[in-house]
Amino acid sequence: MSIALSAKNVSKIYDLGSEKIVALNNVSLEIKSGEFLSIIGKSGSGKSTLMHILGLLDSPTSGEIILNDKNTKGLNEKQLAKVRNKEIGFVFQSFNLLQRTTVLDNVMLPLKYSQVRKSEWKSIAMEKIKLLDLSDRIHNKSNELSGGQKQRVAIARALINEPSIIFADEPTGNLDSKTGDEISKILVNLHEQGRTVVLVTHNQDLADLADRKIVLKDGEIIEQ
Amino acid sequence: MTVKEVFKTSLTALTLNKIRSLLTMLGVIIGVFSVVALVSVVKGFQNYITDQFNSLGSNLLYVMPGKITIGGNGGGGQHFTENKLSYTNIDTLQTYLSDSLAGISAQIETSKNIEYKTKKYQSTIMGGNASMGEILNLQINQGRFYTKSERDAKAKVVILGKTVLDELFPTKNPIGENVKISGISFLVIGTLKSKGPAMDAAVYIPDTTTKNSLGVDKFTSIMLKAKEGADIDQIMSEVKLALRRDLKEDDFTVFTQKEILSSINDILNVLSIGLAAIAGISLFVGGIGIMNIMLVSVTERTREIGLRKALGATSKDIALQFITESVALSVVGGLIGLILAWAATLGIQSLLRAEVPWWAAVLAFGFSLIVGVVFGTYPAINAAKKDPIEALRYE
Repeated sequence: MSIALSAKNVSKIYDLGSEKIVALNNVSLEIKSGEFLSIIGKSGSGKSTLMHILGLLDSPTSGEIILNDKNTKGLNEKQLAKVRNKEIGFVFQSFNLLQRTTVLDNVMLPLKYSQVRKSEWKSIAMEKIKLLDLSDRIHNKSNELSGGQKQRVAIARALINEPSIIFADEPTGNLDSKTGDEISKILVNLHEQGRTVVLVTHNQDLADLADRKIVLKDGEIIEQ
Repeated sequence: MTVKEVFKTSLTALTLNKIRSLLTMLGVIIGVFSVVALVSVVKGFQNYITDQFNSLGSNLLYVMPGKITIGGNGGGGQHFTENKLSYTNIDTLQTYLSDSLAGISAQIETSKNIEYKTKKYQSTIMGGNASMGEILNLQINQGRFYTKSERDAKAKVVILGKTVLDELFPTKNPIGENVKISGISFLVIGTLKSKGPAMDAAVYIPDTTTKNSLGVDKFTSIMLKAKEGADIDQIMSEVKLALRRDLKEDDFTVFTQKEILSSINDILNVLSIGLAAIAGISLFVGGIGIMNIMLVSVTERTREIGLRKALGATSKDIALQFITESVALSVVGGLIGLILAWAATLGIQSLLRAEVPWWAAVLAFGFSLIVGVVFGTYPAINAAKKDPIEALRYE
């Protein structure tokens, strides 16, 4: 199985002038293609920082991120944006949908920053919307949806460009347990369809759904 | 992201807050409206004055008392010691320019109440000789103009302008009736066809009568009408030469109709630019309003900015989106202002032949576009600089 994403000796240090805060300390890990990995740790353990760096939203103070055999070190802002758009899908705890915008437009949003022709946007989006069982909601505005529906829209949006890897940051954190279970199942299904999923959570039960877990504490991997 | 898509996204964002967008645009709407409407009104005045002068004919010359300069580096002015214009000057001009002139008359102007029974109207009294009607192209509607013998006899006769006629004799035929000017009875012998507001509001009496009955004898000017096809510049030189026989250089100024019109147009053009510049201040204030709202919008949509960056938007995409919103606000505001100014211009057509000059429309619209770009740049840069992680965490 090939390596989808790897981190080599990644450290992140925040320089606050009088003190330096080490958010990540020499972290190395490999995520195989099609793997379902959960990153678990308490609040402040560095799991979100790790996800941001792995998702190319942030850059490490030292170390390298290699995505699909390509070193991302030295990429400029435009190149990083392109990689994020094409190779990475994000699912956030608070959904982050555009307010008062339809389901269809929310799902199509990443396509607007891609090279995909506009004539294809709707059909691609409809395919993902159907996959997430939202076909009857395409013209509903985001504020007219339930929490579970919102998260399904966010997952459809994350899948729109067929990314190499999907990062889900506390995807059930804002949902009741029943809806949370539904979203968990969707993530498991995505993995079963061969997608690479990285789940960041402090929920042990949710983390247990993954093939592999890594536990972070004080910016270091203490168990994997 | 394509330009079309950027526009669509920006317009969607603006329509989400319709009232706020409209209120933000208000500054630009008022600014563009003020600039264009003021310029169109001044243009209307310019048209009015040009029409008035054209109706008098292009071969008129005026000799004014004192040394008058219009425009120039000194800004123009009148060096005025004593009004020395007199009938001697008219005689001299008649002697030396008889072959070139179609008519010459003193113009003695004053303002008095004209009364007919219980009706009263404040009017301009124009005193001149029997050729004044021909010099000023006055057209008789009813009755006749006064004759040379009536002028010589200092007859108390009067010709009414159209407005005076309508005010004093709305239904009755005035010919043969007596009106009172400063308590003195004048016989109405004629009425005039309309010739524009200023001339319609005047009455015309012999210049000898203004002196004899009204006690006004100072010349406002000497009016000269050159014969058709005459060289106006040549006549102007001859007039100056002839007058210098009786008067000093500083005692008089000769103007042609063209010069007066040109000077008035110069003044109105400066006035137009000045008014447009003052009105332009509201456009500037409108721009500050746009910047203010765009900064609020950037703050409100911080998470959206973070999300867009996470999904693949570059800083340039974000900046372009916000600057397009700002430009859309100013351009739509500019268009609305332009349409309102055009409608207002049409609305006052019955009063004034106002018109929206193309340059004013282009200038105002161009400025509104520039306002959108200039005042949208800072908020757009602000938005583009946002760190995606910080933006996504923003509460």
